[in-house]
Amino acid sequence: MLSNLPILSLSIWLPIIGGLWVVFAGSRRSANAMKVEALVISIAAFVLSLLLWRDFDNAIGAMQFVERLSWIAPFDIFYHLGVDGIALPLILLTTFTTVLIVLAGWEVITDRANQYMGAFLILEGLMIGVFSALDAVLFYVFWEAMLIPMFLIIGIWGGPRRVYATIKFFLYTFLGSVFMLVALLYLYQQTNDSFAIQDMHNVALGASEQKWIFIAFLLAFAVKVPMWPVHTWLPDAHVEAPTGGSVVLAAVMLKMGGYGFIRFSLPIAPDAAMAFDGLMIALSLIAVVYIGFVALAQEDMKKLIAYSSISHMGFVTLGFFICFQVFANTGNWNDAAMGIEGGMVQMISHGFISAALFLCVGVMYDRVHSRQIGDYGGVVNTMPRFAAFMMLFAMANAGLPGTSGFVGEFLVILTAFKASFWFAFFAATTLILGAAYTLWMYKRVIFGEVTNSAVQTLSDISTRETVILLALAIPVLILGLWPAPLLDMMHASIDLLIEHLSHSKTVL
Amino acid sequence: MTDLGFIIPEITLLILASGVLLVDVFRRQSSNAVTFWAAVITLLVVLSQLALYFPDGSTITFFGTTKIDPMGSVLKAFAVVLVLLSFFYARDYFDKKEVQLSEFYILSLFATIGMLVLISANSLLTVYLGLELLSLSLYSMVAMNRDSRESAEAAMKYFVLGALASGMLLYGISMLYGVSGTLQLDELVARTDVLGQERVLLVFGVVFVIVGIAFKLGVVPFHMWLPDVYQGASTPVTLFIGTAPKIAAFAMAIRLLADGLQGLAHEWSAMLVILAVLSMSIGNLVAIAQSNIKRMLAYSTIAHMGFLLLGILAARNSGYAASMFYVIVYTLMSMGAFGTIILLSKTNLEADRIVDFSGLAKRSPWFGFIMLVIMFSMAGVPPFAGFWAKWYVLKEVIAAGYVWLAGVAVFFSIIGAYYYLRIVKLIYFDDPLDTNGVDASEDMKLVLSVNGLTIFVLGILPGALMSICVIVTIPYAAG
Repeated sequence: MLSNLPILSLSIWLPIIGGLWVVFAGSRRSANAMKVEALVISIAAFVLSLLLWRDFDNAIGAMQFVERLSWIAPFDIFYHLGVDGIALPLILLTTFTTVLIVLAGWEVITDRANQYMGAFLILEGLMIGVFSALDAVLFYVFWEAMLIPMFLIIGIWGGPRRVYATIKFFLYTFLGSVFMLVALLYLYQQTNDSFAIQDMHNVALGASEQKWIFIAFLLAFAVKVPMWPVHTWLPDAHVEAPTGGSVVLAAVMLKMGGYGFIRFSLPIAPDAAMAFDGLMIALSLIAVVYIGFVALAQEDMKKLIAYSSISHMGFVTLGFFICFQVFANTGNWNDAAMGIEGGMVQMISHGFISAALFLCVGVMYDRVHSRQIGDYGGVVNTMPRFAAFMMLFAMANAGLPGTSGFVGEFLVILTAFKASFWFAFFAATTLILGAAYTLWMYKRVIFGEVTNSAVQTLSDISTRETVILLALAIPVLILGLWPAPLLDMMHASIDLLIEHLSHSKTVL
Repeated sequence: MTDLGFIIPEITLLILASGVLLVDVFRRQSSNAVTFWAAVITLLVVLSQLALYFPDGSTITFFGTTKIDPMGSVLKAFAVVLVLLSFFYARDYFDKKEVQLSEFYILSLFATIGMLVLISANSLLTVYLGLELLSLSLYSMVAMNRDSRESAEAAMKYFVLGALASGMLLYGISMLYGVSGTLQLDELVARTDVLGQERVLLVFGVVFVIVGIAFKLGVVPFHMWLPDVYQGASTPVTLFIGTAPKIAAFAMAIRLLADGLQGLAHEWSAMLVILAVLSMSIGNLVAIAQSNIKRMLAYSTIAHMGFLLLGILAARNSGYAASMFYVIVYTLMSMGAFGTIILLSKTNLEADRIVDFSGLAKRSPWFGFIMLVIMFSMAGVPPFAGFWAKWYVLKEVIAAGYVWLAGVAVFFSIIGAYYYLRIVKLIYFDDPLDTNGVDASEDMKLVLSVNGLTIFVLGILPGALMSICVIVTIPYAAG
C-alpha cells in the first residue's frame, strides 16, 4: 500500500522544502529548535530511502518506482524519475550521510547554524534528484543546481582560503557541465526530440559523433570524479570546506562522476568508450599511482585524504573502463561485469570510509584547530576510543581484508588481471601506497610521545561523536564481511548495462 | 476608420500621456505623486486595452504601415509591464534622493509610445519613426541628471552615436527601397529574390540595417555607447534603458529581418554569427575587469545580447521563439539587478560600486537571496529562469546545425559565471561596509521580491512562457 506513494518525489522534495523552511524560518526562532527540525527532516528522508530499499526488487534490472509527469510540454520534457540497482545504493548513501552531517555540525557550527543545516538538506534533495532523474534535462537541472548550496557551504563556513577554493570548485564543475549540456542538446536532435535518457541509450550514433559526445561527457564527469589532470580543485575544496562539506563532497559528490559514466557515457557512446578505453585506463592508473605518491607527501590531513580519494576513485574508473579489454581477452561479458561491479562497490565503500576519515579529522580539528599532521602525536594517550575508531577507518582506507575497502579493490584488481598483467600490477600498487600514506599518517598523529600541549588536554569523543563514528563503522565492516546484499542489488542493472555495451551503436 | 481600431492602445497612450504632461504642469511643487499615479493609471489602461483587443491573427493595417499580430501584442504587453514596474523602482530612488523628477515618468510614457510603434511596424519608415521616438526620449532621460558631468557626457555620447546609427539605418533602408521599390515589409519580403547587381545592393542595404539593429541591441562592435550610458545615467534611467527598450529592439530585429528580409536569411545569419561571437567574448571578458556594478552589468548586457542573437540567427520560427523567451527573461533579470542597486542606494550613496554589495546577506537575508537568484540566473545556472533562456537558444542553435557556436557560447558563459559569482561572494562571504539594514519603501520591496521570485518560478515552471513564445512565432518560416 505504501508503494502507491511517490516515494522518490517525497525523498527529493521533503529535504528541499524542509531545508528552505529551516533556512528562512530559522532567523526568527531558536537555533536549537531549527537543529532538531533539521535532524528530524534528515532522518525522515533516510527512512523514506529505506522504504525504497524495502520495496526494491533485486531481480529487475530496469527502472523501478517510476514517476512520469509532463513538465515542459512544448519540448516533451518530463518530470521523470526512477531508480535501478545502480542508483539505489547511491541514494541510500546520500540520505545516510546527510543525517551524519547534521549531527556532526550540531555543536560545531555556531554562525548561522540554521542556514548551514538547511543548505545540506537542500543539497541532499538535489543529489537524490541527480541519482533518480530519467530525463536528461531534469538530470542537468539537479546536477547544476547542486553547485549552489555547495558553493555557499564552502564559501560561508570554510577556512581562510575559502573564497578561492569555492570559486575554483564552482568554475571547474561548471566548465565540465556546460559541455555536457551541449551534448545532451545534440542528442535531443538525434533522438527525434526526446530527452529521455533511455531513448538516448537506444539511439544509433555514428562513430565520430559518439567520440564527440563521449568527450563532452568526459569533461563533465572527469571533473566531478575527479580524474587526473582535472583534479586540482578537489584538494583545495576539501581543505577549505567545513567538515560537513568535505564529507558530502567525498562521500556523495565524487560518486556523481562515476554514476555519470555508467548512466551516460558507457551506454550512450559504447563504441567511443571502447575506442578511448586505453586513455581512460591510463588516466585511472595515473590517478592510482601518481596521486598515491602525492598523498604520501602531504602534511595536511585533509589534503592527504583528498588525494587518497582521487586515488581511490581511480579504481572506480578503472573498473568501469577495463570491461572492453577484458571482453577482448576472455570473450566473456560476465568477467567484464565484475569490473563494473567492483567499481560500484568501491564507490559505496569509499563513500563510507572517506566520510569517516573526514569526520575523524573534524573531531580533532574541533579540539585543536589544526589539520597539520605535525601538530599532533600521541593522541591515543588522551583519546583512546577515538584512536580505535580511526584505526578501523585507516585500515579500511588501506584496503584491509574484512573491511569494505578490500572488496571493491579486490574485484577491480582481479578483473584487471584478465585484461593485462601490467594494469593489475599498477593497480595493485595502491595496496602498498594506500597502506603507506594512511598508516604513516595514523602513526604520526595517533601514536608516539605526546609532544604538544594541545594534545595533552584533549578530551575523548563525546556520545554524539561516538554515535556518528559507530554508524559509519558498522557499514564498513558489514560490507567488508558480507557484500552480497549490495552486489545482489545492482547485479540485474549491471547486466542490463552490459547488454548495452555489448552491441555496437554505430550506423553507417 | 476601422483601421483606427487596431491601434487603440497606441492612441490611448498618446492622449493620456499628453494629459499627464498637462497634469504635471498644474501639480503642487512639493510632490509629484499626482503625476506618478496618473502615469501608472495610463499604463494600466493601455495594458487592459492590449488584453482586450488581443488579435486572433495577423492583420496589416493603417495603409500598410502597421502589423497587428499576437507576437507584437505579447511583446507590447511585456514592455508596458516592465515600464510600469520601473516606475515603482524609480519612485523609490527619487524619494531617497529627495528630488521630484516628474519628467522621468512623462518621457518614459513617450518612449513607450515609440516602443509600441516599433513593435508593430510593418514599414521601414514606421520602424524609423518608432525608433526615433524611443531614442529621443531616452537621450533626454539620460541627460536628465543635469548637474552630473558623467550624465552629460553619457547623453552626448549616446546622442551622437545614436544619430550615427540612425543614419546608417536610413541609408540601408534607402538601398532596400531602391531595389524593391517598396517600404512595406510584407511586400519587401516578396521582392528580395533578385540576382546580380541588385542583389549586391540589397545585401549592402542589409549590412546597414544590421548595424542599426546591432546598435540598438548594444552588440559588439556597436556597443561603445552602452557602458558609458549605463554608468552615467541615474540608476532608474539605466534600469529603464536596460529593460523595456530591449524588447522593442528585439521586435525591431524580428520585423526587419524575419518579416522583411527572410529571403536574405543566409546573408544576415552569417553576419549575426560574427556579432554574436564578438559580443559574447568581449562582453564577458571585459565585465570581469569592472569595479562599478552598473558598468559590469552593461558588459553583461552586451554578452546577453550576443546570446539573444543565437536564436535569431537560426533564421526560423523556433529560433525566434527562443530569442523572444530570452529577451523576456533577460529584461526581468536586468530589472531585478538594477532594482537591487536602487534598494541599496541612499541620499548620499549611489551604491553602484561592486563593494557596496558586501555583506548584503547579513544586512538583509531576504534581498541577499533575491540578488543571489538574479546573479545565478544571469550566469545561467538552473533552477533559475536564466538557465532556460540559455538552454533554449543553445537548443535552437544546435538544431540549426551550429554545434560549434553552441560550444563557443557555453565556453564564454563559464567566463561570465566568474563575475556573477564575485557578486554572490561579496553578498554572502564578506562583511558589510555598512551594517544598517536596507531601507526602501514597502511597495518597492514588494516589487523587487515579486521580480526575484518570478525568476525563480519561471526557472521551475518555464513551460507556459515557452509555449506562448512558440505559439506567437508560428507564422514565421519553419526553416
